[in-house]
Amino acid sequence: MTEAPHTVTEETVLSFARGYRLQHDRVRDLWIVQAPEKAFVIEGAAPHILRLLDGKRSVGDIIQQLALEFSAPREVIAKDVLALLSELTEKNVLHT
Amino acid sequence: MTLPSPPMSLLAELTHRCPLACPYCSNPLELERKTAELDTADWRSVLEQAAELGVLQVHFSGGEPMARPDMVELVSVARRLNLYSNLITSGVLLDEPKLEALDRAGLDHIQLSFQDVTEAGAERIGGLRSAQARKIEAARLIRASGIPMTLNFVVHRENIARIPEMFTLARELGAGRVEIAHTQYYGWGLKNRDALLPSREQLEESTRAVEAERAKGDLSIDYVTPDYHADRPKPCMGGWGQRFVNVTPSGRVLPCHAAETIPDVAFPNVRDASLSEIWNCSPLFNMFRGTNWMPEPCRSCERKEKDWGGCRCQALALTGNAANADPVCSLSPFHDIVEGVATGLSEKPELLYRRF
Ligand code: SF4
Ligand code: SF4
Repeated sequence: MTEAPHTVTEETVLSFARGYRLQHDRVRDLWIVQAPEKAFVIEGAAPHILRLLDGKRSVGDIIQQLALEFSAPREVIAKDVLALLSELTEKNVLHT
Repeated sequence: MTLPSPPMSLLAELTHRCPLACPYCSNPLELERKTAELDTADWRSVLEQAAELGVLQVHFSGGEPMARPDMVELVSVARRLNLYSNLITSGVLLDEPKLEALDRAGLDHIQLSFQDVTEAGAERIGGLRSAQARKIEAARLIRASGIPMTLNFVVHRENIARIPEMFTLARELGAGRVEIAHTQYYGWGLKNRDALLPSREQLEESTRAVEAERAKGDLSIDYVTPDYHADRPKPCMGGWGQRFVNVTPSGRVLPCHAAETIPDVAFPNVRDASLSEIWNCSPLFNMFRGTNWMPEPCRSCERKEKDWGGCRCQALALTGNAANADPVCSLSPFHDIVEGVATGLSEKPELLYRRF
């Protein structure tokens, strides 16, 4: 259980840890992350980032894809993606 | 009129049957019998209606939900409906084949309860011989399956000094989360309150013990504090009819598991009405929803949308009127009742075991 905290880089490949999953809440039209004993709402860019996590794509691939999809500068996207994925990895919601 | 916002969680009390007899059980004193229980098709429909209504997570509880032969089937129904499923179990009926079947059905999480860390303490509360060994074996199997596990300890006067050992056990068993829950005084717990309620010193010590574990940072910790030594109530169930819907073994639909104590109101049942009708329109669910029903001091209090006036069932049990402010609140004119109980712990009565 006491895994060393990982540093998320563009090479990291992440997926949801067991017990967590991304889900669209049809009734409220929200994106949520299901977690033990609670579901938390995610907003803004987060759902777009998290839906690309498949345990195969690297963080760099995800940044690339979002930069294309949103025609936004890669550095801006990279900053948001790394911040979100690092936070969720630290909280053990995501793992390598 | 706009409809109330839909519930987030369903507490599915599949059965009141349980091999254990914990005196702190929050089940009602009047336990429901096997013959009165909903069948598999009924529960399947409850799950479908709940998902339709907007429920995201289902907590299978009881009693001991593993006493139901259809547990695996209900988990797969939940999974198919994209409901997050949590099994709240004492673990004594779990074995490897059952766990494998639950895993395959898509169970998301298990909350495994322990009565104590010592065998003697556990048997004194659960009343079942060799339960502790079976629970430890269950924890090993769960750990091996990879299903995320929370260890739950209900704490009270008799085991409260052993909180540090509870965390040691959780680490040994590889639980990612620990819940230390002070006994909530409903049902059998209320009946045994004077035997279970810790002193203020014990409470403070327990809070320090939990904080010390939190500081280590390796476990995710839920800490449920007791009401009786507090001066502001908890937002019971996140507000009446706002987040939780509870279905009892016989199909009664309640805003919280203690609501059957409320007098002069009909308890709606999934056998007679749809879950959405009950949630949106039943007198029971609208009785204490929001803030319009509130008398003073809640009505003009700035916290009224934070704690929703606390717990209706506690107000009823201690003041005789469910519409009163929760007497845990120091602004309540009945607060002295709570203080009297919390400070007047003199003679320790015998434990009364949960029985049919
Ligand atoms: S609290 Fe004890 S008696 Fe009540 S359901 Fe849980 S394990 Fe059974
Ligand atoms: S007066 Fe009512 S709303 Fe205000 S803190 Fe007390 S219980 Fe809560």
